Amino acid sequence: MSDGVDRRRFLQGGAAALGGAALALGGRAVWDETRSAAEAAERPDAVGRATEPSDGPRQAGVSTVPQAFATWVALDVLDGVDRAALTRLMRIWTDDIARLTRGRPGLADTEPELATVPARLTVTLGLGPGVFAAADREHLRPAWLAPLPVFSVDRLEDRWSGGDLVLQVCADDELTISHAVRLLTKGARTFVRVRWTQRGFRSSPGSVPPGSTMRNLMGQLDGTVNPVPGADDDIVWHGSEAPAWLVGGTSMVIRRIAMDLDTWDVVDRGGREFTIGRRLDTGAPLTGSREHDVPDLDAVDELGLPVIDPAAHVRRARTGDARERILRRGYNFDDATGTTATDSGLVFVAFQRDVTAQYLPLQRRLDELDLLNRWTTPVGSAVFAVPGGTRTGEHLAQRLLEPGTG
Amino acid sequence: MNRTALRSTLSAALAVTVLALAGCQTTDQVPADDAEALTVTAPWVKAADEGMTAAFGVVENHTDTDIQVVAARTELAVIELHEMAMDDDGAMVMRRKEGGFTVPAQGTHELVPGGDHLMLMGLTGPVLPGDEVEITLESQEGTTWTFTAPGRTFDGAKEDYVGDGAEGVGGMETTSP
Repeated sequence: MSDGVDRRRFLQGGAAALGGAALALGGRAVWDETRSAAEAAERPDAVGRATEPSDGPRQAGVSTVPQAFATWVALDVLDGVDRAALTRLMRIWTDDIARLTRGRPGLADTEPELATVPARLTVTLGLGPGVFAAADREHLRPAWLAPLPVFSVDRLEDRWSGGDLVLQVCADDELTISHAVRLLTKGARTFVRVRWTQRGFRSSPGSVPPGSTMRNLMGQLDGTVNPVPGADDDIVWHGSEAPAWLVGGTSMVIRRIAMDLDTWDVVDRGGREFTIGRRLDTGAPLTGSREHDVPDLDAVDELGLPVIDPAAHVRRARTGDARERILRRGYNFDDATGTTATDSGLVFVAFQRDVTAQYLPLQRRLDELDLLNRWTTPVGSAVFAVPGGTRTGEHLAQRLLEPGTG
Repeated sequence: MNRTALRSTLSAALAVTVLALAGCQTTDQVPADDAEALTVTAPWVKAADEGMTAAFGVVENHTDTDIQVVAARTELAVIELHEMAMDDDGAMVMRRKEGGFTVPAQGTHELVPGGDHLMLMGLTGPVLPGDEVEITLESQEGTTWTFTAPGRTFDGAKEDYVGDGAEGVGGMETTSP
């Protein structure tokens, strides 16, 4: 696209001038383009230049190594928006996403300069229950695509819950995310209204070794036990057994978990590790020495008491059923404005093939008993279906919306 | 400047550039009526329910001859080639561009809000966001090129239009999904 434009412009200018200066600049450009990928990675702006592919059998932003920052925008479909309108919206978003993830401005982009830093931008589309009704595709809505049952620990607020659609926008640069969200939402305003927006962060690129488990605001390593992309694909992804629109798709649960950091402050280090069943420094289970050691849930101390408490988070979250696992891809949030009564916590994001079969058993165990519940409160909850990725020329959710699918 | 002399003094990378430049000037002649002679990069139309709207994009000329675009057509509306210019009172207005646009040889001509653009007048139906509008450009020689421009919701491009009996028309954006 604009590469061709820029190049042609240069050639034209050079042809007109054919002067030494123009040629020298042009030669430099050719030289830059032919430098090796390794050299490119060493550039001071390598983080900003990095890209993630936007098309393929699966949407990006799920198995993608988590970027530093994320914004989730949940949207409700306006009255009168039907399948034909949703199809046009998907065409717009697919085009926007293809351009932005390559560091190109969207069509009608009023701030094209803000689009030039892709910074591993990914945009992941999720479909809420309501969109299936709007598209006259209710009969294709998976049984698990519904609001979660209410748990006893929940204190859900409407302002963080539900949504007909969601866009998960992740990148290693917040300015990139801000621009992408602005373009994607303002271009969609005749179809949808924003229901809620959540923003989250992890460590910035280059500040911790690649592959480090995220730390949450309680100081814990968060997400140690996660499926390995490539090895545990069937935990997350639907295959050919699924309806066409869901092949290469998954489900996304977004839970806003408020942390009471003020009362957590009262707990000493020993108490904090007891609550989780892991050490704070290494993240190792109390029965091990390294982060990824398997917790020995049967281990007892010299008094015969379990080393990992029966109600410790690591025990309650653990399952003997390999199918009941999920991919966690959460981010911290911190909207605190005072010295106490923090508005901080975790935007918990889980991907799994089937919410009912995988996420719910886990959440039921934690709801029933988990020492951590004393300091954490779910205040938002939403469930979305993530349709498969786009092949070249295809738009998002095309295999759900196109005529004949019904 | 002598091409051979230049090449002998420059690095290999530069030589590639010189050859490319030389090719554009002499050996890579593409006839102006070639179907690929003119393309439009990143085209789009401002979505509108009725009345008038505008289309934009970067028109690229891949030939070694200037191309004069003198007309544009679509099934949906009458199209005029417009420019932004200062009127007698010093205000920026859009008006018909006499003689059309020159797309320079191996060059581009940008159609942008606030600049030259294609003005779609008397819409026979809405241009909805995400719709695709086929537009045909025509050169002075009568050659035509057709491209597809998707509709986009857009708040800008509200400039006053100075034309026959349609003065001061602004605010074209759609409210339709």
